[in-house]
Amino acid sequence: MSEVAKPRGAVRTVLTANAWLVYLFFYAPIILLVVFSFSADRNVGRWGGFTFDWYGEFWDNEGVKRAIWVSVRVALLSTIVSVVLGTLAALALERFTFRGKKVFDALLYLPIIIPDVTMAVMMLLFFSEFYDVVNGIFGTDLRKGFGSIAASHIAFNISYVSVVVRARLAGMDQRLEEAAMDLYANRWKAFRHVTFPQIAPGVAGGALLALTLSLDDVVITQFAAGPGATTLPVYVFGLIRKGVTPLINAVSVVMLAASILLVLMSLAVEHVRSDTPSAATDDPVDDDPHQDLRDGTIPRHI
Amino acid sequence: MRTRTTTIRLTAALMAFGLVAAACGGDDDAAEPADEPADEPADEPADEPADEPAASGLCAVDEVDGDLAIFNWAEYIDEEQLAEFSDTYGIGVTMDTYDSNEAMQPIIAAGNSGYSLIVPSDYMVTVLIASENIMALDKAAIPNLVNISSDFQGLVYDPNGDYSVPYQWGTTGLGVDTSVVGTDFPRSWGLVFDPEIADQYAGKISLLNDPRETMGAALKYLGYSLSTDSADELAEATELVKSATGRLAAFNTDSADELLTTGETVIGHGYSGDMFTQFLETDDPSRYVYFVPEEGGTRWIDNMAIPFDAPSPCSAHTFINWLLSAEQGAALSNWNYYNTPNVAAIPLLDEELLEFVNDPNVLPGGVESLESIVDTGDFEINYSDAFNEARG
Repeated sequence: MSEVAKPRGAVRTVLTANAWLVYLFFYAPIILLVVFSFSADRNVGRWGGFTFDWYGEFWDNEGVKRAIWVSVRVALLSTIVSVVLGTLAALALERFTFRGKKVFDALLYLPIIIPDVTMAVMMLLFFSEFYDVVNGIFGTDLRKGFGSIAASHIAFNISYVSVVVRARLAGMDQRLEEAAMDLYANRWKAFRHVTFPQIAPGVAGGALLALTLSLDDVVITQFAAGPGATTLPVYVFGLIRKGVTPLINAVSVVMLAASILLVLMSLAVEHVRSDTPSAATDDPVDDDPHQDLRDGTIPRHI
Repeated sequence: MRTRTTTIRLTAALMAFGLVAAACGGDDDAAEPADEPADEPADEPADEPADEPAASGLCAVDEVDGDLAIFNWAEYIDEEQLAEFSDTYGIGVTMDTYDSNEAMQPIIAAGNSGYSLIVPSDYMVTVLIASENIMALDKAAIPNLVNISSDFQGLVYDPNGDYSVPYQWGTTGLGVDTSVVGTDFPRSWGLVFDPEIADQYAGKISLLNDPRETMGAALKYLGYSLSTDSADELAEATELVKSATGRLAAFNTDSADELLTTGETVIGHGYSGDMFTQFLETDDPSRYVYFVPEEGGTRWIDNMAIPFDAPSPCSAHTFINWLLSAEQGAALSNWNYYNTPNVAAIPLLDEELLEFVNDPNVLPGGVESLESIVDTGDFEINYSDAFNEARG
């Protein structure tokens, strides 16, 4: 540490001030939001004494609670599915050559590039046609709702996950995998014991990004939603039209607390991983006749 | 429900949707009758005049045909009231919410929305009728239509009420702080636009930051329609608003009511519901007065309507009829504090709400002085341009 040059004198002062200003810029609105969630006055921005009333109202508000529940389920489902599919897509693009690879690569970026609202309208039209056809063929009575929201979130999340995972894969030494396979690991074992631990931070990052994007999305969700499936951001957006009250602050504070918890959890996971580097890869490989051979030789943890 | 700010992206969405809808419009029409199982075509009475679009014989009174999915503005009806309907008729009720007419319309227009009841504002009803996104109502299944006030007959957006039933309504007018302005002021737009009266409140007046509302106020003061399509009249109104900008504290839509009660302004242009609920929040509500100037002002009306492909049209008719009863109409207004179009419900309103409704000074020009904002089509852009020019 002592090797690192430290800024001195005026430079140091300016840099410190800058750092504080940046933090202020980031966090002042959040602090204000938290503070006014405890204000007794109906008008946001006017202090009316300390109260927990808005949290009570939040707790009593069936609409908000239902919306949170929908949001959480959509976020979890879309994250799990898009992490699996996005990681597979990243592996395919990074490790293999196949016909139409360039086209697939370009198409994968599409959901990131096109504006939300365009995607939203596409989803709207797709689902209304899709359910028409499905109901027509199978005589079912399926409707837009939870399923269509989750599907639309998976659709855009796959792109984000695969981009993050690919960045990680690109930085990984491919010879590690080749070495594993030289030592009789099949593709699956090489992936499980060599590749996956290497790209795990990328996958975790992609998952967090997917979770956040899913919890945040308003425009696409609004158009893909159906009866009985309103997510929290869509609901809050609707509330604002009735005038902003500290109820919205209270809802936001709860969402904020959940996000902070999520970030802390992911940091904790990372921390555990770096503390005990072998923990993640030490699973016994019982059914492998070459286990002893592989154990001493493969540099698993770089 | 009160502002009609069309965000650029939603406009883009509508346009994109319009293109696709135009491309596959014929397809939709063909599919529609197929989805709709012929409920009871046999006993459809043929005694209705042929030019009557109302779908008579579609539903019986109090008939339910499945769970009801409602698409409504947020916080516009009490969940408990919905639960009561659910208990009474033994069907499930779900409600989802939208934040603008423009966000709701493409979802309904695309079809398969799953909703059986929507609550569009006045001008949006016109759009929905024109694009056949809502169905003609079976008025025979809604006997409580008789409770709708005669003030809501012959509405410009649905002259015979064939497609829509008023849900709640309100006006745009002026809020005044009587501790400064006194109680003996002219109930006129002159409070804002007449230099002789308005100059003494310079810097203490706010106007809505909305082209149609604010240009409309000026047009009304000049004696014109607030949906005029005359460039000359609009130019005159532009000059008038421009001359008033020097006296303004702000062009503000979202907190016109708060500016007034916090003392930032003494005269504020705003929405009746907002003003009224804001006054009640203060220590001394009698200090503030809301009224629609005698020259007239805007009336907005939100309406219940049934999408063209509603899965449970009869449950929706039953809900409309139920909500138009005296008790339920009053329960609705007592919860959301907007005006009710239901005359039978008025005696059952909360006292403070009733006082406001019955105060003759709120509407000195009478109902005749109120006008709905009508979509002027291609002329609409002139309102935005005029407003931007006036605002400087």
